[in-house]
Amino acid sequence: MRESRRAYRVALLLAGIAAVAWIFPYAWMVGTSFKTLPEIVANPTAPLPRQFDTGAYREVFGTVPVLRYMAVTIAMALTIAGSQVALALPAGYALAKLRFVGKRFAFGVVLACLLVPAQATFVPVFLFFARLRLIDTMTALVVPFAASALGTFLVRQALSGVPDEIIEAARMDGAGEWSIVYRVLAPMLKPTLVSLFLISFVFHYNDYFWPLVMTTSERLRTLPLGVALLREQGTGVRWHIVMAGNVVLSAPVLALFAVAQKHLVRGVVASG
Amino acid sequence: MLAPTLALLVVFFIVPIGATAFSSLFSWDLLTEPRFVGAANYHALAAHGELLAVALRTLMYSAIVVAGTMTLGLALALALDRPGRVFGFIRASVFSAYVVSWVAVALLWMWLLDGNSGMLGRLFGALGAGPLSLLGDPRLALPVIAVVGVWKLTGYAMVIFLAGLQGIPRSLLEAAALDGAGSWARFRHVTMPLLAPTSAFVATTTLVTSFQAFDIVRIMTQGGPARGTELFVYAIYEQIFLNLSVGRASALTVVFFAFLLAVAGAQLRVWRARR
Repeated sequence: MRESRRAYRVALLLAGIAAVAWIFPYAWMVGTSFKTLPEIVANPTAPLPRQFDTGAYREVFGTVPVLRYMAVTIAMALTIAGSQVALALPAGYALAKLRFVGKRFAFGVVLACLLVPAQATFVPVFLFFARLRLIDTMTALVVPFAASALGTFLVRQALSGVPDEIIEAARMDGAGEWSIVYRVLAPMLKPTLVSLFLISFVFHYNDYFWPLVMTTSERLRTLPLGVALLREQGTGVRWHIVMAGNVVLSAPVLALFAVAQKHLVRGVVASG
Repeated sequence: MLAPTLALLVVFFIVPIGATAFSSLFSWDLLTEPRFVGAANYHALAAHGELLAVALRTLMYSAIVVAGTMTLGLALALALDRPGRVFGFIRASVFSAYVVSWVAVALLWMWLLDGNSGMLGRLFGALGAGPLSLLGDPRLALPVIAVVGVWKLTGYAMVIFLAGLQGIPRSLLEAAALDGAGSWARFRHVTMPLLAPTSAFVATTTLVTSFQAFDIVRIMTQGGPARGTELFVYAIYEQIFLNLSVGRASALTVVFFAFLLAVAGAQLRVWRARR
């Protein structure tokens, strides 16, 4: 089967446009972050800085506790992702392999929760945490996402492809239900679990909405909030500072993406 | 084994929906006691035309995002579905925008679009003679943030379409080629129909995602200028945190959720069909 020449040319043209449209903005972001303020003011559209100046980064790290923000963000995202995987395994197992009264109803609840985004629940959850005086705590950031309807659903789907004989054999060997889940089945579901962990980590690392609503002080500020605030500080927007913050915010996720592209893409395709 | 998950999901996702519906019937400013007002919150939102305006704006934003994302995502999937490192790198670049935070994307585009010194801002300014603030124009701001949304989500659509393309048997395309079908005819009569379930899936998921847009509004426009970009979630956020009106915020949430449910119901049907 031969592709017509015209079709190939159109494809090349599109590839070129995509390269410009998606690579150029990143290049511009990085370029700006190495400029100085006088240079931006004097010649804003120069493609490259005259000399690579790390002043913007020094200022970001010097004036804002970036490393603490990043530590808070990573701790939060790791806790959520870890908890989602740990809880989705037994829950998905119960829904796929166990028999109990109310199973259909329980599965219905999980499916229903797939339809409810945090944007539709934050008002009552905020008021709930406010009554418990838990606003501005790690609890408010992590606990609402400790269980994942999507993760439970994905584990259930993956387990329905695992033959019951494996579970029976483990039971014959005297394994309890929990050890079947974590010792026998977890290694078999590794691809699903890795993808789930990665998309959950990336989503919560990037999240702006929930930490914005649930924190009030600077103590638990996450990196996306801290970087967004860089734009609002001082007089006039100093874009080289903001872009340096942007680079710091994006670099870890892009590095993770570079290392684990396959798993991330598979997770996104599986979960939608 | 199901208990912890079920308990958390019920407390943080099911109960809040009920609680929202309940508190939408009260007037409450977080300081004094809540007062039962029946449907007054809904009446007030509808009477000022605010509800309709917010819904239409959100739908407009979603329409641009869904149409743009699907068109570009499909076009790029077809163009970039080739071996080689260069194509692989471009695919990864497009998808990386989906992986990066909305905060980073919003700030980056604000800088590019800045009327005084932003690269694109100056370019558009030069074309339109004189400095032009794209985000400062009440009519332009909404389409502009929607285009940024398209830039962010195209990689997602592309990846799903690429997966869909893998599912099309080569033999079918080869058979069509033997019958004399050219590139366009093969696309139109073989690829397109076979991608229909994938397209429906991408359409519903991007619709749901775009309907929940918040970060981009909060960072790029704060709902302005002249409320031109006040989308659903931002309107809810303003009602509770700026106006301290729990009742109005809840009423808006109920309507928002009803919209979402209608779309998501369709999504679930598509999702099940795909598996």
